[in-house]
Amino acid sequence: MNREILKKAFIRSLPVLCSYIFVGTAYGIMMESAGFKWYMSLLVSEAVYTGAFQFVLITFLSSGASLITIALTAILMNSRQTFYSLAYLDEFKQMGKRKWYMVNTMTDETFAVNTTLENVSDKEERHSIMFLVAIFSKSYWLIGSVIGGILGQLIPFELKGIDFCMTALFVIIFIDRWENAKSHKPALMGLGVGVLCLFILGSSAFMLPALLITSGLLVLFCGKESEKV
Amino acid sequence: MTGYGYIAAAIIISAVITFLLRAFPFLVFRGEHKLPDILDRLGKLLPSAVMAVLIIYCLKDVKTDIVHTGIPEIAGVIATAVSYKLKHNTFLSIILGTACCMVLMHFM
Repeated sequence: MNREILKKAFIRSLPVLCSYIFVGTAYGIMMESAGFKWYMSLLVSEAVYTGAFQFVLITFLSSGASLITIALTAILMNSRQTFYSLAYLDEFKQMGKRKWYMVNTMTDETFAVNTTLENVSDKEERHSIMFLVAIFSKSYWLIGSVIGGILGQLIPFELKGIDFCMTALFVIIFIDRWENAKSHKPALMGLGVGVLCLFILGSSAFMLPALLITSGLLVLFCGKESEKV
Repeated sequence: MTGYGYIAAAIIISAVITFLLRAFPFLVFRGEHKLPDILDRLGKLLPSAVMAVLIIYCLKDVKTDIVHTGIPEIAGVIATAVSYKLKHNTFLSIILGTACCMVLMHFM
C-alpha cells in the first residue's frame, strides 16, 4: 500500500470527513444528553454504524422501546443497504479477505464515493482506494461520536449546515453520471419515483418504497440496455 | 433509564440486523457461479437511480421547514450544480455549495 494510493483515498474521503465528523459529533452530544457516556456512543457507532438509525435508537433506548420495535425500525431504515450491496456484489467478491469489511462498512456515503471510482481502470488500485475510503470513513464517524460524547454541550452549533457537503457530493456525482450515461432513464426514474414517494408517503417513510419501485422499473424497462458507466 | 441487559440486547439486535441487511446479497449469491443476468444489469443501472433518490433523501426536510432548511438547501444545490456545470471542479463546487447553505442557514 503506497503513499500515492493513501493520498488519493484520503482526498476522495474528504466530503465524508466533513459530514461524518460533524454528524458523528452531533450524535455523541445527543447520546451524552440522553445519559450515555462517550464509550457507549463509540460502542454503538462501531457495532451498528448507520447514521440516521443511530439517532432514532437514542430515543428508543431512553424511552425503553420494545426490542421488536427496535428490530422492525432497523429493518425499515437500513434495508436500503441491501441495494448498495447488490450493486457491488461482483466488485467486493474480487476483494478477497477485504470483502466482509467492505460489506459491513457500506453506507450511503461510501457507496457514493465508490461510484466515483469506476473510472480508476487499475483494478488493484481501485480496490485499495475503496478499502481505505471505507476505513477512513468509519474512523471519522467513530472520532465524531467520541468528540461529541466528551465535549458534550461545549461545542457551539455555529457549524450548522456543514453536513450539506454530502448533499453537494451527491449532486456532483449525479451530474457526472448524467453526462456520461448513454441512457438517462435510470436517473430520471430515480428522480421521478423519489419525488412521488416523498409526496405520497412523507419524509420518514419514502426511501425504501422509492428504492423498491425504482429497482422494479429498472428491471422491467431497462432490461436490454446496459448503460455506459 | 432501563437496565444494562436491555441496552445490550437493543444494541446487539440493531447491529446484527444491520449487518444481515448489508450482507444479504452476498449470503444469497455465495457460490462462485456467475450472478443471474438480471441482477448483473440491475447492479450497473442502480447507482444513477440511487443517487437521484439520495439527493431527494437529503432534501426531504425542505418541505417541513421551508425558511430554515428549504431555501438554504435548495440554494446550496443550485450553487453546487451551476458551478460544477461551469468548472467541473468537485472541491470548488462542494465548498461553494456548502458555504452557500451554511451562510443562509445562519442568517435565516
